[in-house]
Amino acid sequence: MRDYLEFEKPIREIEEKIEKLSAAATSGKSSSQNDIRKLRTKLAQVEHELYKNLTPWQRTQLARHPQRPSTLDYINELTRDFLELHGDRLFGDDRAIVGGFARFNDRSVMIIGHQKGKTLKERMQRNFGMPNPEGYRKALRLMKMAEKFNRPIMTFIDTPGAYPGIGAEERGQAEAIARNLFVMSRLTVPIIAVVIGEGGSGGALALGVADRVLMLEHSVYSVISPEGCAAILWDNPEKIPDAAAALKMTANDLFELGVIDTIVPEPVGGAHREPRAVCDLVGKALTNQLFDLLDLPVEQLLARREQKYRKMGAVTGLPSGQA
Amino acid sequence: MTWFKKEKPAESAPPPRSKSSEGMWLKCNHCREIVYRKEVDRNDKVCPKCEYHFPISVTERIGLLLDLGTFKEWDAGLEAQDPLKFHDTKPYKDRVKAHQEKTGRKDALVIGEGLVNGRRVVLCVFDFSFMGGSMGSVVGEKLCRAIDRALELKLPVILVTTSGGARMQEGILSLMQMAKTSTAVAKLGEAKLPFISILADPTFGGVTASVAMLGDVIIAEPKALIGFAGPRVIEQTIKQQLPDQFQRAEFLLEHGMIDMIVERKRLKETVGTLVNHF
Ligand SMILES: [Zn+2]
Repeated sequence: MRDYLEFEKPIREIEEKIEKLSAAATSGKSSSQNDIRKLRTKLAQVEHELYKNLTPWQRTQLARHPQRPSTLDYINELTRDFLELHGDRLFGDDRAIVGGFARFNDRSVMIIGHQKGKTLKERMQRNFGMPNPEGYRKALRLMKMAEKFNRPIMTFIDTPGAYPGIGAEERGQAEAIARNLFVMSRLTVPIIAVVIGEGGSGGALALGVADRVLMLEHSVYSVISPEGCAAILWDNPEKIPDAAAALKMTANDLFELGVIDTIVPEPVGGAHREPRAVCDLVGKALTNQLFDLLDLPVEQLLARREQKYRKMGAVTGLPSGQA
Repeated sequence: MTWFKKEKPAESAPPPRSKSSEGMWLKCNHCREIVYRKEVDRNDKVCPKCEYHFPISVTERIGLLLDLGTFKEWDAGLEAQDPLKFHDTKPYKDRVKAHQEKTGRKDALVIGEGLVNGRRVVLCVFDFSFMGGSMGSVVGEKLCRAIDRALELKLPVILVTTSGGARMQEGILSLMQMAKTSTAVAKLGEAKLPFISILADPTFGGVTASVAMLGDVIIAEPKALIGFAGPRVIEQTIKQQLPDQFQRAEFLLEHGMIDMIVERKRLKETVGTLVNHF
């Protein structure tokens, strides 16, 4: 059984009809074969139209789809010898972030990513992919270890945001995020980040300072959720779709704003429809990006990383250097 | 002034606003007492009842920290563009213009150099009255330029924050200012130049989760509210009442997140002593 999103209702209706007719066909009423063929053609058309013209808010829902491939799916499909490493050595192990060494194209790499979980039980165990400070500190520990042993780092981003809780504030959520940005900006090994689902604000960026940032076609990445934005700026939950559009949070928007480097295409209907194919495309993109970065001398790697972020923003006025 | 509170509930407290009485009384953001404005002004804008440190303007902050007349401002002309063509209940461009007219500044951060007890420093001060001190492209770029100059001139950097966080109207580009400014702070550290951050009330979101918490030494003003998530967001998420004094400077000190809490009247002296250790 597929999980259908609200806006996928027309597709669900056609698919249900096809299912009924198919059931009838197998029980001997073969006259329905022609109808089934017609319905399939119609389905392809409806799907094509629907997914070609997704609104930013519909895309956000696809990006949050419970069946969307997760960090662990990519690790399973793309790597071997993955060994998950746990704990920040300070407080605990945060299951909203997973990480460890893995072998990618026969090369040992460090992989770190948010993990939301799929079933309700797993989602609760993983706090719906919303890390506490110990999650970011675990990631930091693993990234520093990667640097120590000269291993490239790949991160997978998929979080609604850093968890807003009492304990999180007590243990320094802001400091944990800030520290990751600070350290990642100067790590001497290549870093590639892939936004695979939802890039929720600082909680996403804390794994996202990288030499290359890739984004899946239907992923979103934003400074605030459309819900949060609608609440603050409009004080009206009905404005959520408008907020999603205004925030310019889709892969195309981010590419145009110079924030991401590459968009990885998704099959019609989204990554969860053909997870294997999507993993394969992500793997190819990672291979290409890594190839470009591996031979760069460290000074160049760092200078380019700095320049990449330094250029981000839109200001007018006096040129730099004039007081 | 307790008679006042007994007579009227705190919410309706400030006496009717006429030209003559306007601003004579102030309600403290922390203890909710009604206090005499002149008394607060004479006391470096500190509540005489509870020692809460009221927000002060950028000009007042510069006057408080630097030797008289030594401040030279940099890049005051930098202005925001509207990369997203953002429009909520009002176009972003109009919002910026309105705040420029209100504050006389182009954006929410002032940078420059000056002397603290004779010692040359780079100073960056957030302006909360400009769109809640939110960090967008201009704030990020100015922080980086201030750090660039500090690297050139080999000077310590002092940052005073009051901010609601990243500026939503510049979307993802605001978020990226966190990475951009953190990179600059890292480079300052590689050059062994000190970065002192002073957190004033309130400091939240993307500003706390980047430059504010990256100080070699982090100072907070008494009772300042400092955090990542805003208290209302946390309350709505956990559906529990927050503990008393939650996210106040004292709470952060107790949890090991800041180095010290310094009263306003001792702030300059403390910063002066501190920079001489580097
Ligand atoms: Zn008070």
